[in-house]
Amino acid sequence: MANEIIIGIGGAAGDGNASAGNILAQASARQGISVYAYNSYQSLIRGGHSYLRIRLSEKKITNHGDQVSALITLNQDSMNRHLQELVSGGFCIYNSDKLKPGTAAAGVQMCAFPFYELAGNDALPIMQNTVSIGILTRMIGMDFSYLQSVFEHTFAKKPQLVASNLKAARAGYDYAEKNFKPIPNPLKKTSDKLAFVTGNELLAMGAANAGCKVYCAYPMSPASGVLHWMGSHGKELGICVRQVEDEIGVINMTIGAAQMGTRAMCATSGGGFALMTEAIGMASIMEIPIVAINVMRGGPSTGLPTKQEQGDLNQAIGASPGDFPRVILAPTSIPDCYRTVAESFNLAEKYQVPVILLSDLLMSEGTETVGVDWLDWEPKIDRGEMIFEYNGGPTNYYRYKDTPSGVSPRAIPGTPEHLYVSATDEHDEDGVTISDVYTDPIIRKKMVDKRSRKMTALLKELPVPKIEGPADADTTLVTYGSTWGVVNEAVEQLNKEGIKVNHLSIKYLVPFQEKEVIELLKNKKKIIVVEMNKSGQFARHLRAEAGITAHGHVRKYDGEPFEPKHVVAGVKEVLKGKELVESQSVEAGWRTPHPPGPGVLSTSSTH
Amino acid sequence: MPTAVAAPRDAKVFKAEVPPDWCPGCGDYGVLTVLQRACGELGILNHELMVVSGIGCSSNLPGFFKSYGMHSLHGRSLPVATGAKIANHEMTVIACGGDGDGYGIGQGHFIHSMRRNINLTYIVMDNEIYGLTTGQTSPTSETGMKTKSTPNGNPEGQLNPIALALAAGCGFVARGFSGDINHLKSLYTQAIQYPGFALIDVFSPCVTFNKQNTFGWFKERVYKLEEKSHDVTNWNAAMDRSKEWGAQIPIGVFYKNPSPKPSLDAADPALQGQALGRQTKLGLTKEQRHKLIEEYV
Repeated sequence: MANEIIIGIGGAAGDGNASAGNILAQASARQGISVYAYNSYQSLIRGGHSYLRIRLSEKKITNHGDQVSALITLNQDSMNRHLQELVSGGFCIYNSDKLKPGTAAAGVQMCAFPFYELAGNDALPIMQNTVSIGILTRMIGMDFSYLQSVFEHTFAKKPQLVASNLKAARAGYDYAEKNFKPIPNPLKKTSDKLAFVTGNELLAMGAANAGCKVYCAYPMSPASGVLHWMGSHGKELGICVRQVEDEIGVINMTIGAAQMGTRAMCATSGGGFALMTEAIGMASIMEIPIVAINVMRGGPSTGLPTKQEQGDLNQAIGASPGDFPRVILAPTSIPDCYRTVAESFNLAEKYQVPVILLSDLLMSEGTETVGVDWLDWEPKIDRGEMIFEYNGGPTNYYRYKDTPSGVSPRAIPGTPEHLYVSATDEHDEDGVTISDVYTDPIIRKKMVDKRSRKMTALLKELPVPKIEGPADADTTLVTYGSTWGVVNEAVEQLNKEGIKVNHLSIKYLVPFQEKEVIELLKNKKKIIVVEMNKSGQFARHLRAEAGITAHGHVRKYDGEPFEPKHVVAGVKEVLKGKELVESQSVEAGWRTPHPPGPGVLSTSSTH
Repeated sequence: MPTAVAAPRDAKVFKAEVPPDWCPGCGDYGVLTVLQRACGELGILNHELMVVSGIGCSSNLPGFFKSYGMHSLHGRSLPVATGAKIANHEMTVIACGGDGDGYGIGQGHFIHSMRRNINLTYIVMDNEIYGLTTGQTSPTSETGMKTKSTPNGNPEGQLNPIALALAAGCGFVARGFSGDINHLKSLYTQAIQYPGFALIDVFSPCVTFNKQNTFGWFKERVYKLEEKSHDVTNWNAAMDRSKEWGAQIPIGVFYKNPSPKPSLDAADPALQGQALGRQTKLGLTKEQRHKLIEEYV
C-alpha cells in the first residue's frame, strides 16, 4: 500500500474546519501529493456537526479511504465522536484551553496545545484551527513553507490575515516540534502539477470550456456550486447566468436559449429535476439540445439535502410523459465531470436531444487533486448540422425533415428564409402540428420513428465500456457513476487478499450499450452490482436493458458514501452466499441523536 | 431590435400557410390580425421575430403567424421567451397565450418576468374561461360565474392582472379589446417599442364556452383611457384605474414608465456584443483556460 495519511477534522458548522482543511489540502497538492477530501455535513449554517476527511497519498487516490490516522477536533462533540476511530500510531490535535481529552486507544498520541499561550490572549477563538494546522504540518513532516505559500495565495488581498495566520500556524508548528512525536514516514513530494477542485467546479468549468453560453439555475444543494462558479465567472467569459424563480422556469429558459443557437445548460438536484421533467420531453419532441444536470442527493422529496445517494436513475429514465429519445450518462469521478460535460454538449447538439447528466453529492462537493494536464484540454466541439446563413434562392426548408439518420439540419432562428415553428404538439416535417385538426397516424409514426432513429447512430458513437482489474476474474462488480473510484480500490484490495474480482463501470445509461455489456459479462460466474440506493435501481436497469440478472448486490443508502472497506466486506459476504448486502457506516462519529420533540417518549433516538 | 424608421411592410407577409382553427367568431382572430398589422407597420422582418406561446386555444397563434415560433408547454411561454431573448437579444420576441396559461399555471413566471424586466411583449388573450379543455373556470373568471367545474358558481375571487402587473414592477401595462382592432394595434406597436417587459391583456371573448363575458358584454362596458385625462406616467393613477370593473371597464395604456431602467438583456454584461446564439466560435482560449486552472493550483 502506498504511503498515505487520512486526516479527520471535526467541528460545528462555523468552526472553520473546511477552510482549515482546504489550506492543508492545497499545501499538499502543491507538493504533487494526491488529495481527496469529503466533507460530511448537515443542512444548517451554524452548529451541528461537520466532519471533513482529507486523504493524502503518494499515489493517485479516488476516494476518501477507510481509516483515519490523524484527527483535529475543534469542539468537544468532535472529540467525543471521533477519538475512538484512531488506532495505534494515530494522533489527535486539540485545544486544551477548551476541550477535555477523551480516552484514546493504546498508542494514540494526544497532542494537546494551550491555545491562548500560543496565539496570544486576544486571539480570536477561530484561530485554533490555524494553530492546529500548524501542528499537523509538523506532525506529518511537511515543510512549513508550503503552508506559508497557501496562506499568501488564499489571503492575497488581506495581508494582515496572512501575517496573523502565519503567526498562529508557526506557533503551532514550533510547539509540535518541541512536544510531539511526528509520524515516521512523511509523504514524499512528486513532480505532478495538480489542481485541487470540486466536481461542481469542474462541471461548470468544463461547460465553459465546451462553449456553454447560457446557464440557468435555481439554488439547490448540492448543485449550487455550479451556479456559484458560473456567477463568479460569467462576466469575464461572456456567459449569461440567470437565477430563475423555480426549476420549471430554469429548464424552459435553458430550452429557449438553446433553440436560438447557444450551448445552454442547467443543473439542480433530484427535487428540482422533478420539476423540470415535463420540459425534458419538450426538448426531445422539439429536438432542442440541452444539457440538464441532476446532482443526486438522498431522497425522496427533501430527503437528505447534504448526503449521498444514487436514487434518481429511475427518475431520469422516467422523466416526462411519453416515449422519446434522451441521453442519460454519469461521470465516474470528479475529474471525469470536466470532460463529460463537453461530451454531453456534443451528443446533445449532434443528435438534437436532451442530455441528462447524473452527478451526485460525493462528486459535486467532494474535492480532489486533478492533473493540470487533464484540465488544460481543448475539447473537440461538434455541433452537428446547423444553419446560420441564407445563401439565396429557394430553400424548401423543413426543420424536421425526415432524413436517413433522423437528424434534421437545424436552422438557428434569425436566419432568413428558414422560418419554422417548433411545437410540443406532434408535428410534421415542416413543423405544422398534426395534433388537433390534422391528425394522421402515418405522419405520427413517421415522426416518432425519425426522432428515435437518431439514437442508432448515437449509440454507435459511444466509447465502448471496459473491464478494469484482472481480465480473467470470473467475478465482476458492476457499477455506474461516482462509485467507480471506491470500487476500483476495493477490487485492488480483494485481489491482494487473493479474491479475484474485476470491475465494469457503465457510464452510458441511456441509450444502453447492450451488446457490449452482454459480451463483457456473458462468461462471468458472479456478477455483483454495487450501488447507492435501497431498491437496486441500477441492477434493475441492467436486467431490463441487457437481460442480465446480478447474482449479488452490495447497496448503501444511509447517506454516507461507500468506503473501500464497505465494498470489500460486502463482496466477501456475497461470495459466501449472501444475495443482498446492505452496508452501513457504523462508526459512532457519524451519528447524531435528535433531541426529544413533542410527543417523543424516548430520548435515546437511534435512527 | 426593430427601429421605428424601418419601412412598413404589408401585414400579409406575416400570414402563415396554415389557416387558424379557432371557432368562428373567436376573439383570437382579431388578436392575430392586429399583431400581423402591427408588425407590418413597424417593418419587422419575419426572420427577426420570435413568437413564443404556451398551450391553449390562443397559444396556437404562432402556427398561424409567419415568423420563427415556439409553441411550448402550458404556462411556460415566458421562461422560454426569456431564454430566446437572452440567446438572441437582437431579435424581437413576443410571448402570447391565454389567461389560464399566463395567470393560472404560469403565474409565477408572469410575476417574475415583470420583476426581471426582460425586453419582451406579452400578449394575454383573456377570455375568462378555459376553452380548449371545454369550459372550466379560470383565474380571471368572475366570482359566481357558472362553468363546468363550478356549476354552482365560481366561489373564488377574480384575479386582477393589471393591478398585479403594476405591483410586480411591469413598466408597460395595457389592456385591449379584440372587438376594437385599431385601438389594439396602437397598444401592440407601443408595447413592442417599449424597451422592457410590456403586458397587453386583451379581452378576447370565447364564443363557445363563455356565455357571460361576450363581445356584447364587453362592448357595453369598455371605455378608452386615451379618451379620459389619464396620465400614463402616473403609477398611482394606473392602480386606481386598474380597480375599475363592472359597468365601466377601462382599456388602453394604464401605465408606461417614463424613465425605464435598462432591461435585463440590455444590462447583462454577456449581451453587449454579438448575440450569444449567433456566435460560432465557441470554447475558451488557452489563456482563459490557464487563468481558470490557476485558481485551483
